Amino acid sequence: MMRDQKLWTWHLAAGVVILFLLGLHMTVMHLDSVVHFAGLNPAGGHPIDWSNVVARAKGAGMTVSYVLLLGAALFHGLYGLRNILFELNPARWLRGAVSVVLLLGGLALFAYGTWAAVASFNLAKLASGR
Amino acid sequence: MLETKGHPNRLGLWGWLGGGRWGVERYLYTLHRVTGLGLLAYFLLHIVVTSSRALGQGPWQSAMASVSGPLFKLGEYLVFLAFAFHAVNGIRLGLIELGFAVGPPIEPVYPYRTSLDTQRPLAIAALLVAAVLVVMGTLNFWVLE
Amino acid sequence: MSAQPTNEVTYRIRRFDPNREPAPHWEEYRVPYAPGMTVLDGLWKIKETLSPTLAWRSSCRMGVCGSCGMLINGRPRLACNTQISELASTSVVVAPLPNFAIVRDLVPELSPMFATHQDLKPYVIRADEAEREAPTGEFFQSAHELEQYLQFTYCIKCGCCMAACPTFATDARYSGPMPLAQAHRYNTDSRDGGFAERREVLAGEAGPWRCHYAGECSRVCPKGVDPAKAIQLMKRELVLDYLRLHKSKCPAKVAAKAADAKRRDNIPDAPPRTV
Repeated sequence: MMRDQKLWTWHLAAGVVILFLLGLHMTVMHLDSVVHFAGLNPAGGHPIDWSNVVARAKGAGMTVSYVLLLGAALFHGLYGLRNILFELNPARWLRGAVSVVLLLGGLALFAYGTWAAVASFNLAKLASGR
Repeated sequence: MLETKGHPNRLGLWGWLGGGRWGVERYLYTLHRVTGLGLLAYFLLHIVVTSSRALGQGPWQSAMASVSGPLFKLGEYLVFLAFAFHAVNGIRLGLIELGFAVGPPIEPVYPYRTSLDTQRPLAIAALLVAAVLVVMGTLNFWVLE
Repeated sequence: MSAQPTNEVTYRIRRFDPNREPAPHWEEYRVPYAPGMTVLDGLWKIKETLSPTLAWRSSCRMGVCGSCGMLINGRPRLACNTQISELASTSVVVAPLPNFAIVRDLVPELSPMFATHQDLKPYVIRADEAEREAPTGEFFQSAHELEQYLQFTYCIKCGCCMAACPTFATDARYSGPMPLAQAHRYNTDSRDGGFAERREVLAGEAGPWRCHYAGECSRVCPKGVDPAKAIQLMKRELVLDYLRLHKSKCPAKVAAKAADAKRRDNIPDAPPRTV
């Protein structure tokens, strides 16, 4: 079982990673009218228009960044949730159960999100004809 | 853990929320916790909703349509606000919890100057940066759309 | 409600007798007030004139023994160190320190805190046990080295920080500010070589990881120990330790006496023993 000294250090490191990647993501999605990053919403219009989604998804760098952000955010968020739940003083068996559920749930969501990122990378490559 | 005799007297959850006169830093701690939980809840759903882009344009657009109502827009705005605070306060906490911005050990002379006083400028700077982000986000969400 | 004369304050005290009732209750007492009175003075007045069964812990009445920690007007304080005038109210609400079980009236059960304190080995640990037991000289320690931990030695173990901590309010496995600050006090003491031993406890759930810098411990500490600072500094040491960047300093060496050192001539002999 990994001890809190290690987990907390990774929690902090993940936080730094999220700061940059989520900051970028938030800028692209929610600050696009205020800050203009032409390269990241190349098709103009709304960030969630299909044309922009394809334009972003076909970049390998973007795909890797999404997977990195997914992993870091899942770890950071679920470890934080585990901390909050453990501070409520659950019984020993419940602590074990919560850890397992959060770990498995996190891994499952990471697998699903990575599949989605890779699949849309392939889809976008096809759609924009290499 | 040594469990003792005596009438139970833990503050429990009230200890997270209150239990006495507070300083600003305790409010920031509570808000950091609340925004973290809010962001996590949104994030887990977000992974599922945005994965629809892997299935093509149709599924993507219907997923986006289902989360485009005014209530969702307000929710996303709140998520942005939560992110603005949580990220900036997170930077502050990261610095403090690695021992920066708390100041060196000193000889305590009354009236005591604690690490809370030393880090106060950092807390104020963090809140100002968060406020700037909130203004930018508000403009983007409600004014410049 | 008639106006209370200004030479009187009302004490509202959380009373509890485990032999007579299932749960605590509030009781009020009117106490004559004179400028300069502390909350402890008022408690003695009540015990002497109004309610002889009122129970609490106190000793030095000058803020050095750490016995009289109580929740006074919503904040953990030392009763002897709190002027009634600083409360800015004619009502003094006194309750036992939260986050500790109540033994009786204002007496908290502090043994869990002391047990945790003991688990973190709050004493100098060195490999040279012979030197510890029968010292041959001083340990070298510069003023700068002393400064690294001196602030945290002022702790009087009153428990006010534990009462104020939001994590300790729910989490019984968290060590709390006092044991953690004291662990840091010994880890940073250059005479000590016990970091690895204390790390066994500190790396896990009893360590500083559930501290989120609410800062209340430092705010209420009556001696300016600033346990919140100690805990953050300790986190840095532990993170560096995980990254294998922790400088494990050799514990302070013994200052050997010079071979030709001799006593001053005019030191008188000790007087004869009387016991």
